[in-house]
Amino acid sequence: MRALFASWEGPGGLSTRGAGKSARRMIVGALALVAMAAGSVAQADLTIDITRGNERATPIAVVPFASEAGNLPEDVAQIVADDLERSGYFEPLPRSSMFEQPSSSEEVRYGDWKALETRYMVVGKVSQSGGQAEIQYELLDVNGESRQIGETVTANGSDLRSAAHYISDQIFEEITGIRGAFSTRIAYVTSQGLGDNTQYGLYVADADGQRSQQVLTSDEPIMSPAWSPDGQKLAYVSFETERPSIYVQNLGTGQRVKLTDFEGLNSAPAWSPDGRRLAMALSRDGQPEIYVMDIASRNVQRLTNTNSIETEPAWTPDGQSIIFTSDRSGGPQIYRMSASGGSAERLTYTGNYNARGRISPDGESLFLIHRGNNGYQVAKQDLGTGRLVEISDAQQAESPSVAPNGTMVIFATQQGSTGVLGAVTADGRAQFRLPAAQGDVREPSWSPFLN
Amino acid sequence: MFLKPYARSLVVAASLAVLAGCSSTGGTQDGSMDGSGTAGGAGTGTAGTGQVSGTGVNGSGAGQMAGAQIPQGRTIYFDYDSDTIRSEFESLVNSHADYLSSNPNAHVVLQGHTDERGTREYNLALGERRAGAVERYLNLRGVSPSQVEVVSYGEERPAARGSNEDSFAQNRRVVFAY
Repeated sequence: MRALFASWEGPGGLSTRGAGKSARRMIVGALALVAMAAGSVAQADLTIDITRGNERATPIAVVPFASEAGNLPEDVAQIVADDLERSGYFEPLPRSSMFEQPSSSEEVRYGDWKALETRYMVVGKVSQSGGQAEIQYELLDVNGESRQIGETVTANGSDLRSAAHYISDQIFEEITGIRGAFSTRIAYVTSQGLGDNTQYGLYVADADGQRSQQVLTSDEPIMSPAWSPDGQKLAYVSFETERPSIYVQNLGTGQRVKLTDFEGLNSAPAWSPDGRRLAMALSRDGQPEIYVMDIASRNVQRLTNTNSIETEPAWTPDGQSIIFTSDRSGGPQIYRMSASGGSAERLTYTGNYNARGRISPDGESLFLIHRGNNGYQVAKQDLGTGRLVEISDAQQAESPSVAPNGTMVIFATQQGSTGVLGAVTADGRAQFRLPAAQGDVREPSWSPFLN
Repeated sequence: MFLKPYARSLVVAASLAVLAGCSSTGGTQDGSMDGSGTAGGAGTGTAGTGQVSGTGVNGSGAGQMAGAQIPQGRTIYFDYDSDTIRSEFESLVNSHADYLSSNPNAHVVLQGHTDERGTREYNLALGERRAGAVERYLNLRGVSPSQVEVVSYGEERPAARGSNEDSFAQNRRVVFAY
């Protein structure tokens, strides 16, 4: 009823010049989202607690970047080091162990860094001219005593955080061969209070929990945020009319539309990979069933027809199939059917509670919530072998959402009785939490690549 | 006959005390242990009373006297993973059925709720199943379908906070919101 929504657009951006790699020039407007509407003040930033490190992480030294302009508003090297550590692939050298702080490859004495058993190092410097910051950074292979990347990144305005995440992406991809996902964003739902006094919020923040922006606030529940494949819109469920309806909101313009208002449940929207259709769970014909809506025409096609609950649809990356949760066997299990309907194949057989599945970007793994001896945990099932392993070590895990590069899963969990976000690497080796300063946080949704 | 409803409500209160974990202090949330005093009227602001001791339960044989006013008890509770109306709440549901039958213009929203365990969207469906069970029961008792609407909140509007059975039991509920 009282729902406010915000919009923003991104005049900021950054461009880069490559030296060591092929020259490149790019504008990343979507990265720098600036609040436009009053009330969309950042107030739900999340912090990071690493709860399980990866013993096999690659040691890397990210040396503090020299600044020719005095103190900068952001510590670029620290942001890069934090990104790399959070990925679980890297173990940054503590700054206290750095006995010298070179800012370019010419100043590096490799022998000293080999002694610290550092495999890679990142050095750089920041200069400012006009309203722009130029960041020159280099990625060095310590063992090979060679430069792997040398690049200058230009950040418009004071948008050093976007530039830092961009640098993290380049370093990550250069070393692992996997595209970095540090310049992506997450959407999540917050709540504060109890009962009638509960306030719900929908936010979007950087993947590291910083620079949060309010998208919607309401005194009725908000659920199930889902990014459109182009990263420009969110679908979600809002109870603002005291009934659940599915809405789609453009993050740039703030424009939004109520997409469904059927009797009963209007829930669990999931975009098709081409962005033209939304799968959803509706109970307008009785029990909750899976439907697909053609967004342009608003035509709705029913895909399942059972006496049980069917919900939590998600598309396979090729757009050919939909997976969903059904309790047709007596308890919730995950099934797969053609995106045009027809018979469904049961995918999960381990345990008696498997729900809310999401398929990895390569289509080979199913991430889900599994209830076993450790309660509700994020689990990963190999779709080839059918083998299921728990990858989180958390309290009441919910709502897994896979990073667009498939390396991490973000999910909701609890710390004490407070809802927080957690993330775990896809192999379960490293895990961290993103607590909010106040209130409960839940239902994270990882954006697609935005650049 | 005169005492019977009162005795029955005592049974309800006693069983709720059991349900609430016999904490005996009763002071954790609002002391009434029925949840509706704090959040049972979620989203409507109408169902704020609901002391269990004041349910005014009409025994099944008291049909003639029923229907004068909205029964005060607005919240019934469910066992884990169940949509079965527990026997101790049958008389309360019956009194709502009698009220609705006697007042064809009255309209009720059955708000279905679950505890926090499990996934949110599946719980939203379970909350609907729970409220739907009450709806079917009312229909069997002669209430017109047009008088009843089901809205599930799943685990989104808990009446009590805390990851313990006491809170879970207070949250697994259907609220009659007039």
